[in-house]
Amino acid sequence: MTGFLAQRLLQYILTLIAGSFAVFVATEFSPGTVSSKILGPYAVQSQVDSLSARLRLDDPLIERYGRWLTTLAGLTDNPMAAKEVGLGLSDPRGTRYVGNLGFSLMLKEPVIDVLADRIGYTILLTVCSIALIVPIAFGIGVWCGLKAGSLLDRVLSTLMAVLTALPEFAFAVGLTLVFVIWLGWLPGTSMMLPGDKWGMVSQLVMPTAVLVVASATYVARIVRASVVETRKRPFVRAAELKGLPPRVVVVQHVLRNALIAPVTVILLQVNWLLTGVVVVESIFAYPGVGSLLLQAALFGDIYLVQALTLMALTVAVGTQFLGDLCYMALDPRIRVA
Amino acid sequence: MSTNAAAAVQIEGLTIAYQAAGGSTLAVRGLSLRVERGETFGLVGESGCGKSTAALALLGYLAPGAHRIAGAVRLQGEDILQASPERLRALRGPGVAMVHQDPVGALNPVLTLGEQLLETLRCHRPQGYAGMRAELLQMLGRVALPEPASFLARYPHQASGGQLQRIAIAMALLARPRVLVLDEPTTGLDVTVEAEVAQLVADLARDFDMAVIYISHNLGLIRRVCGRIGVMYAGELVEQGLAATVFGAPAHPYTMALLACLPHIAPGQPPARLATIAGRVPKLDKEPDGCSYAPRCAFVRDQVCVHSGAIVMAPVAAEHAARCARLGMLHQAAPDHSAVAVDRTVGALRLSLQSVWKRYATAGGLLARLGRQGALATPAAAEVSFDVRAGEIVALVGESGSGKSTLARLVAGLEQVTSGQVLVDAVDVGGLRPRQRSDQQLAAVQLVFQNPDRTLNPSHRVGRILARALRRGGRIDERSMRDRVSALLSQVQLPPETATQWPHALSGGQRQRVAIARALAGKPQLVLADEPVSALDVSVQGAIINLLLDVRDNTGAAILFISHDLALVHAIADRVVVLRRGKVMEAGSRAAVFAPPYHPYTRTLLAAAGAAKDVSHVLEPAPPGLPPGGCLHVDQCRQRIGPICWQQAPPEREVVPGHRITCHRATAELMDVP
Amino acid sequence: MLRGVGERPLAATGATILLLWACIALAAPWIAPYDPLALDFSGAINHAPSAKHWLGTDSLGRDLLSRIIFGARTLFAVVPLAVGSAFVVGIALGAIAAYSGGLIDQVVSRASDVMLAFPALIIYVILLTSLGPSLINIVIAVTLAYAPGVGRLARGQVLAIKELDYVKAAQARGDHPLSIIVFEILPNARGPLVVDLSLRAGYTVILTGTLGFLGLGLPPPTPDWGAMVVENTQLLSSHWHMAVVPCLAIVSVVVACNFLADGLRD
Repeated sequence: MTGFLAQRLLQYILTLIAGSFAVFVATEFSPGTVSSKILGPYAVQSQVDSLSARLRLDDPLIERYGRWLTTLAGLTDNPMAAKEVGLGLSDPRGTRYVGNLGFSLMLKEPVIDVLADRIGYTILLTVCSIALIVPIAFGIGVWCGLKAGSLLDRVLSTLMAVLTALPEFAFAVGLTLVFVIWLGWLPGTSMMLPGDKWGMVSQLVMPTAVLVVASATYVARIVRASVVETRKRPFVRAAELKGLPPRVVVVQHVLRNALIAPVTVILLQVNWLLTGVVVVESIFAYPGVGSLLLQAALFGDIYLVQALTLMALTVAVGTQFLGDLCYMALDPRIRVA
Repeated sequence: MSTNAAAAVQIEGLTIAYQAAGGSTLAVRGLSLRVERGETFGLVGESGCGKSTAALALLGYLAPGAHRIAGAVRLQGEDILQASPERLRALRGPGVAMVHQDPVGALNPVLTLGEQLLETLRCHRPQGYAGMRAELLQMLGRVALPEPASFLARYPHQASGGQLQRIAIAMALLARPRVLVLDEPTTGLDVTVEAEVAQLVADLARDFDMAVIYISHNLGLIRRVCGRIGVMYAGELVEQGLAATVFGAPAHPYTMALLACLPHIAPGQPPARLATIAGRVPKLDKEPDGCSYAPRCAFVRDQVCVHSGAIVMAPVAAEHAARCARLGMLHQAAPDHSAVAVDRTVGALRLSLQSVWKRYATAGGLLARLGRQGALATPAAAEVSFDVRAGEIVALVGESGSGKSTLARLVAGLEQVTSGQVLVDAVDVGGLRPRQRSDQQLAAVQLVFQNPDRTLNPSHRVGRILARALRRGGRIDERSMRDRVSALLSQVQLPPETATQWPHALSGGQRQRVAIARALAGKPQLVLADEPVSALDVSVQGAIINLLLDVRDNTGAAILFISHDLALVHAIADRVVVLRRGKVMEAGSRAAVFAPPYHPYTRTLLAAAGAAKDVSHVLEPAPPGLPPGGCLHVDQCRQRIGPICWQQAPPEREVVPGHRITCHRATAELMDVP
Repeated sequence: MLRGVGERPLAATGATILLLWACIALAAPWIAPYDPLALDFSGAINHAPSAKHWLGTDSLGRDLLSRIIFGARTLFAVVPLAVGSAFVVGIALGAIAAYSGGLIDQVVSRASDVMLAFPALIIYVILLTSLGPSLINIVIAVTLAYAPGVGRLARGQVLAIKELDYVKAAQARGDHPLSIIVFEILPNARGPLVVDLSLRAGYTVILTGTLGFLGLGLPPPTPDWGAMVVENTQLLSSHWHMAVVPCLAIVSVVVACNFLADGLRD
């Protein structure tokens, strides 16, 4: 068992390294592009070249990647803050510390500060959403799965099929129409600024609602399919034929088997909630990590994009590892030989 | 037989139909039988005869789409099919319990075995935990499960098929059922395990005073275990009576034909063709006008058997009845076996295995391999040597894990030898993949597989399957391709229209014929048949076997026949090689292997088939602290000498020229048992 | 499998809706009442639905109905190309990796793992902001995002089918591996892959809408349903239909794809 886990961990670390390399290459492969991004669209070619030289951007890619890694690990300085480079960027922590992701070109601050600001909001939204998604999705999914074919199941399944087909922005638009414009019960944007006339809670309602609907319908369908499929397996019939009471058959035999796979799906949703909710954050102007990514990409802020992508990779790999752990805990076929 | 007291099991005129897309099918028709406590009743039939539907009905279960049209299933007088859901739950367990066919599938993979056993007790006979645990262990001991306590914490995937089936029987017995139904409980288990489990059931039936209904297609097993039997065909009972009477003097033509299809091991009997029953089991959507077996019956008379209304069960003798319109007017025809000519000139050496070894690298990634350095995996094949000559049928006999399939793959090139030689026409191909072999070498060896459901590509029509096989011989134009396909089909006695059909429209036997045709496309000099009839009904097996014999006779090809069925091997093989865990235990001519002196493992196999007497012996576990080595059969061997069997690999001795046995015991000691 | 579609009402409904939109897309130049790009400064701006403009006009005076119709055209140009390309690449990679085994399988699987670790939206955002939005770039981005997942599915299927007897028979005959993959294995791997295709087609429709919404879709003035939602969101309070109608169009296509997938799955 530990062998299996150790093997997976090694795989994930390799994936992280390979992924970070891919990100680095995608953003920094051309030294000219890097310098012109730093200086902005009005820079003259000579300025671009001299910056490239000072930042040693003409060195081979591998070396630059290595330096980037060591800067992140706190072993070397970030050259951009050096006085001779002349960019006027300063970092209160100094130029060498663990987690030095560089400076945001857009906001002229250390990346790590920018992230720290926004990550809290993203986590808040994620927690609120998951707290609703899990009970709703599992509740509906299990109920429909057990009563598959009944009228209620057919109605709910069709409803879920339509709702999953809705793009998030469409649903957001619809909700906004009803609750903001027609009824005026909720705020149209959720910028989460202190002192806003709308409290934090009511600003959270709309984004959470959109995310919950988008995600819970999808998970519910998967849970339902898993329950329906498990009920057909021979050991469920065997359990019925033993004369066991229905509750035992459902809980111990059907659900104990059917809910294993959906657990990993929930973790995938957590992954998505933490890194991929660009649309919802944009619509409601929610100060999370997703809208930051969009702004950074549009601006051309390579260091912020790098950092956000790295964060996304880590979250992805982390949730996959958590998924493996859960699988091991729930399925003895994987846990013991 | 008291007719007043309610029997433990009484089925009265049960008729069940399935509703499917194409219409309704009658799965069970007018089934009536009666079983008392302490009796073991065998329900026998081939696939599609309705026995599984009847078995489930005994537990009050009708599959989705099935409904009862008529009749009742009475347990102690109460019709279980009318029971309310609460009553049903009360009856299942203490009233009637079931042992399913596939023990792995019938158990919950995420609960321990102990938990699943406790579940039954907690539901039907709850007590304190200590009491329940003690009862569990006692019952597991009753079913002869070694070291029962160690199984409680294990999960189903950690036990073998035989062990799981014993546990399933224990689980059923925990509720103290009055009726026990076993639906093909030993299918898929090794022959030796099969015999043990069947015997176990017979003993338990007696000790627990249950009415036992044992469902199987294995006639030999039923004969040894059951007191009374019923033969089912197309959903109805066609014959019923004491096992000895039905097997000894069958009254219904189907029973007669079925028994004739069974190969026996009778010493001194020459190899012969097998009998077969032509045709297919009908799928009936309504009651037939006349006898349902008439289309396939050897004794059919139109006026009496066809268009004559329903045929009823009529008594033949005391405790023996059959459903035939011509009862008493049938004489048993002499079995139509044309004996295979004994004196056949055996031809050139086609295949020779010399000291072939096959080891598999340890599975797992880098880290796993680092952790297991030094431990050697058991080889799949260990120093295997034997020859096959043109026109010969050599049988490889063994149970699961014996390495017989590995050897087939090695010969065909699907795997490569670790060491040793595989000589095909004197050229060593053991290390060559098929793409590295010459066309001639490829053509020389062709494979026929076991499972007819997986042997043909379901996305191709038969004609295309055969064309793809023929195309290896070079470019062929359309017109001659069609002719060649038709020629192949006629070689396996299939009509040319078969070329336009899809595999799923063919029966299992027809699919195997196409598989043989596909092998014949390459004009092979050696046909490797890996369990070609194991998945087929007895009545169909004979046709395929006879086909292989025809191929041998017409083309002079050699056949390497792999099987676990000793009776079948006895019917057709010229030479026999007995494998155990990758090593040859005994090899020789058919006559030599099937007569004493026997290797201890051969003796066990023959005893399981009822053709020899085995030594009764309590198997002690291995003495601790032994280095690996020694005989590969030692842990199950009933004729162990002592420590030498554990420590030293036994020598291969030539008993008479051409007959070798690998054992430490002297030849004289292997002759007969005291 | 096509026979199956006729028998299952759910799949048939989905297929019908898709066919309908396909026809609309094909016939766009003939059935749209106006040129979707034609600006009308004569004052017909932000009109509510009327006899002249059945769905009204947008803030630049363009007829909404025509833009919806031509938007279908855009959709049917982008989505099949993108999803088709992703599937060809994914199936090729997955099948070859599964059949070859060994080093090739390891390399392809690890590379797929890395790609799959990137959230899809990040791939799109990064690629499309650096390369610029265009049809080809969208197809490339979608292929990069989908191919690993499709490859994993194909790999699983091929691994299972590879062990079946009829494949072994072909191998024992000495057939060429490519011939075996294409003729013996892939036809039997169809099932889950076709279902996945339908589902992903649906996702891609949402995706094009989302990309248009984020400003990363095909550049204006190409009629794009997602972009239309964005353009008209500011008018939500007054002329809400202008944002809602394109939403409904998107939903109808995606629901049709999902129905098709569900129907084929069973």
